[in-house]
Amino acid sequence: MAADKVDPIHQFHINTLVPIHVGGYDLSFTNYALFMVIVVLLAGGGLYLATASRRVIPGRAQSIAEMCYEFSAAMLKDSAGNEGMRFFPFIFALFMFLLVANLVGMFPYFPTITSQIVITVTLALVVFFMVMIAGLVRHGLHFFKLFVPSGIPVVILPLVVAIEIISFFTRPVSHSVRLFANMLAGHITIKVFAGFVFSLGTLGALGIAGAILPLVMVIGLSALEILIAALQAYVFAMLACIYINDAIHPGH
Amino acid sequence: MFVTSAYAQTTAPSATEAHEGVAAHGGNEAFPPFDPQFFPSQILWLAITFIAFYVFVKRVLMPQIGSTLEHRRHTIAGNLEEAARMKEEADAAIAAYEQELADARAHAHEIATKARDEARAKAEDDRRKVEASLEAKLADSEKRIASVKASAMKDVGSIAEETAAHIVERLLGGPAPKSDIAAAVKAARE
Repeated sequence: MAADKVDPIHQFHINTLVPIHVGGYDLSFTNYALFMVIVVLLAGGGLYLATASRRVIPGRAQSIAEMCYEFSAAMLKDSAGNEGMRFFPFIFALFMFLLVANLVGMFPYFPTITSQIVITVTLALVVFFMVMIAGLVRHGLHFFKLFVPSGIPVVILPLVVAIEIISFFTRPVSHSVRLFANMLAGHITIKVFAGFVFSLGTLGALGIAGAILPLVMVIGLSALEILIAALQAYVFAMLACIYINDAIHPGH
Repeated sequence: MFVTSAYAQTTAPSATEAHEGVAAHGGNEAFPPFDPQFFPSQILWLAITFIAFYVFVKRVLMPQIGSTLEHRRHTIAGNLEEAARMKEEADAAIAAYEQELADARAHAHEIATKARDEARAKAEDDRRKVEASLEAKLADSEKRIASVKASAMKDVGSIAEETAAHIVERLLGGPAPKSDIAAAVKAARE
């Protein structure tokens, strides 16, 4: 009972809301699926309503929406150049989806979509295959020059190429685990400290006094987590931009 | 201290839970993010929602925001152009004003010079006229004086003869011959 109350893993439980089974696969509409829908509605609806009036002099909401738009555009243009702007709808959608998902996850009782590794892996693989296909379509076999940095002595070239190939194919791993681990660890830490507040609070007056410290920690961590929520969305999108740059300019 | 106990609490229940879960329910109670039972569902719903969001972003949001930004850029550029044009106009107006001012000043100077010259010429003319008339009057007067003087001088002889005749008559008690007196006067005057 007490262990249940302070269980910091409880928040990651997936609950089936509408059971759907197709061909032996469990495709149920879960609480996470619900929040994916909510995130998409919030992000899409929010951006739509904020910019629907198309004012030349923007209000607050329109300013924020345009800031997100121009921020994503600058992020992609700085890493992948003008040719990379073909991928802008994807990068903008990715950044807004992750940003809103991470921030929605900061609300108590709301599941954080990005704390599920299958989600981050899927997105990272989408980026990975998009880069690979775009690179092959654009440059053909020249795309593999990506693995052969110029100006490297022939003696150590095989080693460098091996390292480049490994680093290329492990990208989806680091790309997805970075976001997943940050969100997971952050939310667990907050819940652990919140659990202390609860446990100490049941121990009487001394316990309540002692609970102040973890409560302060929870407040501080929540602020930090909001920062990390925005930061990790940015990092994920930024890395996607850098990988897209490889598809466009494979030569180092 | 907090950190270690936190670790103890996070790892211990989940580890035992997972083990129990594996044992009792065949993986149902595994650490949820690593539980493959829901992977198909998560991927499917992520695909549905993310693709829907992507299409919405591409079809609706990007044109909407993009056109707003483009319109703003155009408006700002247009306003700046307008401002530059107005500034040019203002500069031209200032230049024209200054040109006109300079012209007016030059014109005024010309008029003043002309007026001064005219006045000077007129004064000179007047002076000359007055001088001429004065000279004419002077000459006239001199002529009259000369004629008066001449006539006076002409009368002097006869007056002197008359006077001399009267004086001789008084002194001598009888008239003297005129010719004598005339000769005498003439001799005296010479």
